[in-house]
Amino acid sequence: MVIGASAGGVEALSVLLPALPVGTAQPFFIVLHLPRDRPSVLVEVFRPRCALYVEEAEDKIPVQPGTIYFAPADYHLLVDKGPQLALSTDEPIHFSRPSIDVLFESAADRYRDRLLGIILTGANEDGTNGLAAVHRAGGVTVVQDPGSAQSPFMAESALSRTPVNYVLSLAGIAALLTTLK
Amino acid sequence: MDAQVSVSDFEIELQLLIDAIYLKYHYDFRGYAEASLKRRLATAMLRVGCASLSQLQDRVLREPETFSVVLDFLTVPVSDRFRDPHFFRSLRESVVPLLRTYPSLKVWIAGCSTGEEVYSLAILLREEGLLERTLIYATDINPQVLKKAEAGVFELSRMAGFTENHQRSGARSSLSDYYTAAYGGAVFDKTLKQHVVFSDHSLATDSVFAEVQLVLCRNVLIYFRRELQDRALGLFREALCRRGFLGIGSKETLRFSAHADGFDELVREHRIYQKKEAS
Repeated sequence: MVIGASAGGVEALSVLLPALPVGTAQPFFIVLHLPRDRPSVLVEVFRPRCALYVEEAEDKIPVQPGTIYFAPADYHLLVDKGPQLALSTDEPIHFSRPSIDVLFESAADRYRDRLLGIILTGANEDGTNGLAAVHRAGGVTVVQDPGSAQSPFMAESALSRTPVNYVLSLAGIAALLTTLK
Repeated sequence: MDAQVSVSDFEIELQLLIDAIYLKYHYDFRGYAEASLKRRLATAMLRVGCASLSQLQDRVLREPETFSVVLDFLTVPVSDRFRDPHFFRSLRESVVPLLRTYPSLKVWIAGCSTGEEVYSLAILLREEGLLERTLIYATDINPQVLKKAEAGVFELSRMAGFTENHQRSGARSSLSDYYTAAYGGAVFDKTLKQHVVFSDHSLATDSVFAEVQLVLCRNVLIYFRRELQDRALGLFREALCRRGFLGIGSKETLRFSAHADGFDELVREHRIYQKKEAS
């Protein structure tokens, strides 16, 4: 599972992530756009509120099932052979590092049709190309309903470019995630 | 292993291209991490105007200029390496006091790229009164990039960010004391460079060349697979003097390395390590 979000993302993830039940087998990789000049506090924010284990990505960590990985500030997150987490300090994409496109494209390459990609609220188009890559690889694409998003731009941009399997409110996305085996 | 792993054409061509580069130009990318390598080569392919890696390989073999372009994509992350004031502050507070005890200092910056970290460190050492007794070895595999680093000219537009980071790292002086505006850019004080030797070096193929008190290798290891990381860390371990210091990138880790037991964590948060006594 890969999730990308920007403006309004913490609030959106606060609805989704705590809803994931113990026993969820899949790993989750999340890029939330962050200020580049200070460490991320996402793990402190989400760890106490989630049944699943929450960790900040470090280079070469083996991917564990049922774990939520957040991209750290000022690094791109990729999924490498293993599977392992991989980081990069290559140029920002759509002014973003971490970039949603980088994560989604890398995950699409590694997981192919076993991937579910979710684009949430955000004010820039990072994620549009990434979601398209998920679709091309045969994965499932989900976009937060722009009407319900704090910042609809990211979702609208994704919708205009790629066929999307599900357009849902946050509650709908949470329900979808809990039905996965 | 049950099912046969299907390998894409791109992956096949990637392997062939990496082999071609090694055979023709003797740059060894065979130990690089796959995900970032794929991404960089896909970008290089598009920018050079090739429709496939096989086409790119054809041009790389026949056109050294094209190889040079590809080499840049593989070795120069266009990143703001004046970043990370937290690391430099930590270096200043935790490592510099210990470096003072050495009558002469050698530092190795492995993968120095276009030199931002070299000048950042030289300035820090000068402020601390240590530069005069220090020799910095700044190495990289890309000769173009070494030339740039040696020139020490940076875009003026980047200086504001650098100045801010400089202040935030606990600097005692103003960054503008160390550069002048010339040649359309910011030129660093020549006397900083007098303490730096810029040199070609490959962590994949070359050996240790000096004993040093401090090694900085930040956000380079992320591009290597584990075996190559271990090779590089082995070089650092060998190069470091007794109780010498190693600084790596803020989200890099020694945890999964064969050399994890050779180092103590000195400042865990900023990934500064100290070589163990009996190492």
